[in-house]
Amino acid sequence: MTALSIARSRLGQVSWSWLGVAPFFVFALMFLILPTGFLMVGAFQDAGGNFTLANIAHLFQPSILSAYWISIEVSAVSAIAGAVIGFFLAYAGVLGGLPRWIRPTLMTFSGVASNFAGVPLAFAFLATLGRVGLVTALLVKYFDFNLYSTGFNLLSFSGLALTYLYFQIPLMVLIMTPALDGLKRDWREAASILGASSWQYWRHVALPVLWPSLLGTTLLLFANAFGAVATAYALTGSSLNIVTILLYAQIRGDVLHDENLGYALALGMILITGLSNLAYIWLRTRSEKWLR
Amino acid sequence: MKRSKLGPWLAIVIGAIYFLVPLIGTFEFSLRMRRGEYSFDAYRIVLGDPQFQATFAYSTCLALATILVGALLVVPTAYWIRLRLPGLRPVVEFITLLPLVIPAIVLVFGYLRIYNSSSWLPLTASDRATDLLLTFSYVTLALPYMYRAVDTGLRAIDVRTLTEAAESLGAGWPTILFRVIFPNVRVAVLSGAFLTFAIVIGEFTMASLLDRPAFGPYLQLIGANRAYEPSALAIIAFIVTWACMGLIQVFGRGARMAAETR
Repeated sequence: MTALSIARSRLGQVSWSWLGVAPFFVFALMFLILPTGFLMVGAFQDAGGNFTLANIAHLFQPSILSAYWISIEVSAVSAIAGAVIGFFLAYAGVLGGLPRWIRPTLMTFSGVASNFAGVPLAFAFLATLGRVGLVTALLVKYFDFNLYSTGFNLLSFSGLALTYLYFQIPLMVLIMTPALDGLKRDWREAASILGASSWQYWRHVALPVLWPSLLGTTLLLFANAFGAVATAYALTGSSLNIVTILLYAQIRGDVLHDENLGYALALGMILITGLSNLAYIWLRTRSEKWLR
Repeated sequence: MKRSKLGPWLAIVIGAIYFLVPLIGTFEFSLRMRRGEYSFDAYRIVLGDPQFQATFAYSTCLALATILVGALLVVPTAYWIRLRLPGLRPVVEFITLLPLVIPAIVLVFGYLRIYNSSSWLPLTASDRATDLLLTFSYVTLALPYMYRAVDTGLRAIDVRTLTEAAESLGAGWPTILFRVIFPNVRVAVLSGAFLTFAIVIGEFTMASLLDRPAFGPYLQLIGANRAYEPSALAIIAFIVTWACMGLIQVFGRGARMAAETR
């Protein structure tokens, strides 16, 4: 090969190398950017295509606000409870000093349970804690205790939050386990040589290192629950007014009687999940400073 | 430092109760169909239901198509980014994270608006076209997992040396991609594939809104109309998920052992 042809092939490679990622970018444009962009633009248009902020203003009507609010509450409760319980489980698995088989079992099970969501998860909880579910029946039979007389209802706020925990806790375990592995043994030893108690070690060393990933993962769990449709729909039908179910009904049959208001509803969801995900990514880059 | 193991044990036991009781409850409920005795009637009815067979087969085909399209999209892209365009890496990684940021229901809402039957690309005009759109929707859903898996796989091999070796032996790009790169990230693609399968097989929102006869909408329909069959279906779905995760571990372990004995 002459120098010229090498130079030419180099040149050729530079201009051609973009083609290698072209399919990916075309795909992303068609199935991620354009569809989302269409809704975002539509949220600021009236039926005639003129610019307006009316759709955004209409989001603040009581029925829509309450849908957002219940969604935020369910997601927040299930995210915070999932994060706390998941953290203790991950802690027990990594640092608890338990038999060796506990940890791989915990991780495998978490992998399965975090993916066991949607409609079948709703069935499982109906069969367990529904009005004729196993636990409900056993409580009546052996303890003469009627769960449903306490005001508990699986097809309601608390029931939905309890059900969401089934995939929230394992997700927390899966993400926190590597973070806990990143806590160096030296830190603990150094702290204890300096006379720190276990509490002081956690308060001044471990938690300051872990908090970005703790908080970040909680936000990830929040977004995870906020966008969920299938479990809630299969569990409560349309009796619980959460924003994903409202959007589902809007897509099916324009229940808001306003196409563009539907786009604004979607825009609000993207904003909420987008913000919590951005915060998650930011916190994650912070936590990676220490946990390498 | 001697620490009490009571706390960790308590956490594990409470966790085990929370996670196992619904499974036991569901299994017990699924056996209750015959009055007064346990039986597998609910499973027999479900497995014999032509609707079950049709929707499960449909979703399986869709999952396989998703895996194929996903792998063909992700592997060359991730390879090319590593080899030639490392500068684009943050952009591509950000895009692959977007499906976790934008809820699936919002994405499918957008598809229905820009690919409706009167649009420039009427992907919802016929059943076949909608199948295609649903496949692409699932590729989008699986993108974060597939990309992460493949990128981790590529990190473990020396992409540059392999490419140069293949080039100097006279291999063209298709040969390099399909006979050198793909076999080397086979395990990564497989683990991405099983995860994709677990996600796609029972997916409800997109299939339901695109109005295709998939397994997810079938599950929902049975749940709304039957008593014992839903529990049997939940157990079947759990076993499918378990099998997918188990296969990821089996293949992953196989690869590790091969690497250690090499």
